[in-house]
Amino acid sequence: MKTWALSKRVAKEILRDPLTVGFGVGFPVILLFLLSAIQANIPVDLFAIETLAPGMAVFGFSFVTLFSATLLAKDRESAFLQRLYTMPLRATDFIISYTLPILPIALAQSLVCYLAAVLLGLPVTVSLLAAVLFLLPAALLFTAFGLLFGSVLTVKQAGGICGALFTNLTAWLSGIWFDLELVGGVFQKTADLLPFVHAVELERAVLKGNYAAAFPHFWWVTAYAAVVFLLAVYLFLRQMKK
Amino acid sequence: MEAIRVSGLTKKYKDCTAVDRLDLTVEQGELFGLLGVNGAGKTTTIKMLSCLAKPQEGDAFLMGHSIVTDPAGVKKIIGVSPQETAVAPNLTVEENLLLMCGLHGFSKEKREKQMARFSQQLGLSQVLRKRAIKLSGGWQRRLSIAMALVGEPEILFLDEPTLGLDVLARSELWDVIRALKGKLTMMLTTHYMEEAEALCDRVGIMKNGRLLALGTVEELKEQTGAQRLEEAFITLVKV
Repeated sequence: MKTWALSKRVAKEILRDPLTVGFGVGFPVILLFLLSAIQANIPVDLFAIETLAPGMAVFGFSFVTLFSATLLAKDRESAFLQRLYTMPLRATDFIISYTLPILPIALAQSLVCYLAAVLLGLPVTVSLLAAVLFLLPAALLFTAFGLLFGSVLTVKQAGGICGALFTNLTAWLSGIWFDLELVGGVFQKTADLLPFVHAVELERAVLKGNYAAAFPHFWWVTAYAAVVFLLAVYLFLRQMKK
Repeated sequence: MEAIRVSGLTKKYKDCTAVDRLDLTVEQGELFGLLGVNGAGKTTTIKMLSCLAKPQEGDAFLMGHSIVTDPAGVKKIIGVSPQETAVAPNLTVEENLLLMCGLHGFSKEKREKQMARFSQQLGLSQVLRKRAIKLSGGWQRRLSIAMALVGEPEILFLDEPTLGLDVLARSELWDVIRALKGKLTMMLTTHYMEEAEALCDRVGIMKNGRLLALGTVEELKEQTGAQRLEEAFITLVKV
């Protein structure tokens, strides 16, 4: 009941902030329409809707990281968390409350992105539903990044690092905007080691119904999500003890 | 009966001793004021008593619960209104209060009872549907105190409750605090001497983490030969 009360509050704080919701839902959809318009005039394989939409769905999650990190950083700075730490709540109440309500928001955001893609010609298939479900590890990964950044950064730092640096890095290293093979070298190797390109490739494979190709990426993203989540929990508990 | 007993409480941050072997007792139902200039150790003391910071030495017992060995027991009987208002900004006043009820695990009936009781007691009925972020500083402070009271604490900590408020809002908040007197034990920190004079049963004056003087306002004035608490404070702290 305590976790539920705190989770509801986290969800309300996020959903009532028009800027974060506008960015999180609106920005990927606008990009989807824009790049599809370019694709209509100058066909590029990368911007074909079945390739672009999975990338945009994953890219949208970087805003989930931004708004969850900002909320947590704000709660730390405003002493709201201090107030809660003086109450008989367990550490798990906090961790679940700052994680669980973010996941449905992230999945709803990707659903909007895929619905926009349907309007742009993405066929409605069973694979589309599966693609939404297979976003779960990526949603957890980006939520964990939010918990991690929110535990260590100030509100200003969270805005700068998550809003500019993290969103750009995840976009560049995920193969959404350009083919990583075209860059090659250290850049491609780095991108391959990180989870972002695997989250996008997982989605692309599931959308094609090619589960054999999807699962290596699935495990890669899931393992990263688990590691980042554990690290985030450690950092959250550390700031809690401070 | 003692509500708070502090014994040799010490908190050090690297080379700085924020609170130095503090000894203190506060009686049940008393409103105790902690005074001191910036960095005197008031907020650190409240943080230790509310289990937000661990002491390096000493202990404190709140209604018999040790802050060192039984912080969970302490957390069940305290309410804290921090220096910053610490409200959920995008939630309405009603939602903020319901949140605290939820975090205390109250049933639906108890939630409704607490909502009615504290929105009336703190005069929040007219702003229940307003988001906290839209409230003035004075209303946010009221909400902050109401949030601390919802859990029916036996001891309430008020860390600079009127900081940054205008004269009218401060006077209104004093009325709120006065109305609570005797119903629960309160510990208040403040920079405003007139606030301590108007509200506190006893005050303790801190400097460099140590308790310089302790007594009623009248006792401190008598001790220093001062007419007003402010003069007494300056005399004691300047030494």
